[in-house]
Amino acid sequence: MRLPTWLAQHLAALRALLVFTVLLGLAYPLALVAAGRIPGLDGRADGSLVRVSGKTVGSSLIGQSFTDADGNPVPRYFQSRPSAAGEGYDPTSTAASNLGPESVVDTIAVNPDESTRSLLTQVCSRSRAVGELDGVDGRRPYCTPDGVGAVLAVFRADGLTGRITRVVSVNQVAPATPFVGSYQGVPVELARPGHDYVADGGIITPVRGDAPARPAVPADAVTASGSGLDPHISPAYAEIQVARVARERGADPAAVRRLVREHTIGRALGFMGEPAVDVLGLNIALDREFPAP
Amino acid sequence: MTMTTAGVLFLLSLVAALVAVHRPFGDHMYRVVSGTRQSRVERGIYRLVGVNPTAEQTWGVYARSVLAFSAISILFLYLFQRVQDKLWLSLGFDPVVPHGAWSTAVSFVTNTNWQSYSGESTMGHLVQMAGLAVQNFVSAAVGIAVAVALIRGFARSRTGELGNFWVDLTRITVRILLPVAVLGALALMIGGAVQNLSGGTDVTTLTGGTQHLTGGPVASQEAIKELGTNGGGFYNVNSAHPFENPTAWTNWLEIFLILLIPFSLPRVFGRMVGQNRQGYAIAAVMAVLALASVTLANVFELAGHGTVPQAVGAALEGKEVRFDVSNSATFAAATTLTSTGAVNSFHDSYTALGGMMTLGNMMLGEVAPGGVGSGLYGLLILAVVTVFVAGLMVGRTPEYIGKKIGSREIKLASLYFLITPTLVLAGTAAAFATGNNATALNVGPHGLSEVLYAFTSAANNNGSAFAGITVNTTWWDTALGLCMLLGRFLPIIFVLALAGSLARQQPTPASEGTLPTHRPLFVGMVVGVTVVLVALTFLPALALGPLAEGL
Repeated sequence: MRLPTWLAQHLAALRALLVFTVLLGLAYPLALVAAGRIPGLDGRADGSLVRVSGKTVGSSLIGQSFTDADGNPVPRYFQSRPSAAGEGYDPTSTAASNLGPESVVDTIAVNPDESTRSLLTQVCSRSRAVGELDGVDGRRPYCTPDGVGAVLAVFRADGLTGRITRVVSVNQVAPATPFVGSYQGVPVELARPGHDYVADGGIITPVRGDAPARPAVPADAVTASGSGLDPHISPAYAEIQVARVARERGADPAAVRRLVREHTIGRALGFMGEPAVDVLGLNIALDREFPAP
Repeated sequence: MTMTTAGVLFLLSLVAALVAVHRPFGDHMYRVVSGTRQSRVERGIYRLVGVNPTAEQTWGVYARSVLAFSAISILFLYLFQRVQDKLWLSLGFDPVVPHGAWSTAVSFVTNTNWQSYSGESTMGHLVQMAGLAVQNFVSAAVGIAVAVALIRGFARSRTGELGNFWVDLTRITVRILLPVAVLGALALMIGGAVQNLSGGTDVTTLTGGTQHLTGGPVASQEAIKELGTNGGGFYNVNSAHPFENPTAWTNWLEIFLILLIPFSLPRVFGRMVGQNRQGYAIAAVMAVLALASVTLANVFELAGHGTVPQAVGAALEGKEVRFDVSNSATFAAATTLTSTGAVNSFHDSYTALGGMMTLGNMMLGEVAPGGVGSGLYGLLILAVVTVFVAGLMVGRTPEYIGKKIGSREIKLASLYFLITPTLVLAGTAAAFATGNNATALNVGPHGLSEVLYAFTSAANNNGSAFAGITVNTTWWDTALGLCMLLGRFLPIIFVLALAGSLARQQPTPASEGTLPTHRPLFVGMVVGVTVVLVALTFLPALALGPLAEGL
């Protein structure tokens, strides 16, 4: 019996797919799984797990939160970067924030559960919190002293032009104090929950303020990584945490600094990537050398 | 060393590696696609598939074979996902919902690898390795096979035969993709990429919290994901995940794997048409566009314009410390210049102009160097358009590689070019007209960019995302699935038709009036035509999105 051409073709396609599924979908990955059993490679193939006195506490490649049950930083540990993965560093729901460079206006709803914070406000509030925790200046450009985005909605008489009729600080609500008293002679109001000042025709105007151009809190301390699992922080972020960690553990800051250096991974081959501090490895070393009192 | 200096060295080392490797690797690929001696494994495969390896196919049969194989693949992958809960290694996940399974099946078969699901919470290990990763191989092989068929159209004369799809598919898979993938996966495993069948490990962290560390056959999938310019990550966050891309040097390796085949294919073209310099000219067009784009992406990201980057002090949102800004921007350019769509950082949080570069790269039609195979055939179509435009200027019948570009050829080339813009712009308009743009995370110009990016990515079979948009709804899965399907197979049909009509011609000997197509002048003209066509098509949409946001 001769099959019609179109049917023969699809049968060949099905057989080809099955052959390739066995070859590429089973033989290839399983051979590599087997290769991953080779001593020396097995630890890595299994996820570079880290053990402390026999118990697995994490992976040297996956970041974790060093916070207490309420989500507050545990001060005797170096802190990781902010994370957008689930509740933070959750490998079962990895994610980035995906907020854009002009995400500057918070949605402040009447019901606080429906409010969302802009990326700018998240950056400002993290910077303020890190500044307080580590005793450094937490101010940043485009941030208010109370740690939200310094953004005004400016209403003009003819829409985009004309004299200014009203100015609202869109990310600040009562009982805050507006971060500037007046804008070009017009007093600045606080935002009221449930109002959309963009839809009302306000021109969104971020205000730079007088914060230093190079803030004391480093960039990686106030931004979420792409994976939400970043195991590293920059040497600069580690440096501002040294004094706090040393104090909490009753250790010499110079000794803590030495451990930071030991857990800093330089650029691969001298030019790939950026120097990075392995936070989990560093904290384990601290627990070993300077157990908290 | 500053980040900029290190970033420049990173880029230069990639360029040097590609320059060194593209010739020997291109020669190897040339021998694979033009050789006739079949190994025992290959003969075994032909027997199992039931094809005669010496029988050649006309363009119509070749095209129907591609379509049959792809249709069966989509059906198989769809069913595979729908029954995953009954299979081994499902990790207890439910079957994928119908619209999601459709979108994912189409996405992986079309080499797009757009993902409306998150790997670690949707797909079991068996579906990942025996379903999705298999398509990573064969969809890449299909792309290369179609490009080779087009080259045969230029190289052969007075014949209807373009080769045998099943032979091309098998040889490309077994002799090119599989060996390099094995080496790449082993290297990634040395770097720390995981490769196991474990369902994961629950750990108690230092501060007493809990963390579920995931497992899976990741390295094997990661290597072919980059090599085949597929881009579908094992995990939701793709190559930003430390288990997929653990170190700065694995990041370099992944970019190298992405660019390896696309930049070596022009060499195959030159060898097959018997004029290596024609291949160099095509490679030069790719290199000029790619270098310009990757440089601009770095400049924009390192400059860090925009309110949030200014407040932060760097465009670091959505980027990893181990890659930082420059190596992330280079990866982003490579992944969108090819049809990969893997990401090691999140394009949605890029500066407006840096994000526009990734969008613009895809709008170029992914020809610099483009996806495996699709980049080369896309660029050859643009070369055909260029000789046509040049022919109009001097009033002669245009010809390319000794073949006349008559009305049938130019019609096919034009149709090829029109498909993607039509899908992108109609799709974006449809999303806004039906209110489905409301699932975007951002509003205003950035919201338009997100929708535009989604359709550009789907229609160009890229698969990267301005991820701040919810696309796992029935409407989005259906619309983007259709875009991917039409954006992949209509161009393939036109390319094969063009190949068929070129192969039938007898070669025209070059005369004094023939435009030399291996000189810098021609390279410049192809670059110009590519940029002008894209600018004319997409500038209005870009002006409303990223340009409005960034200026």
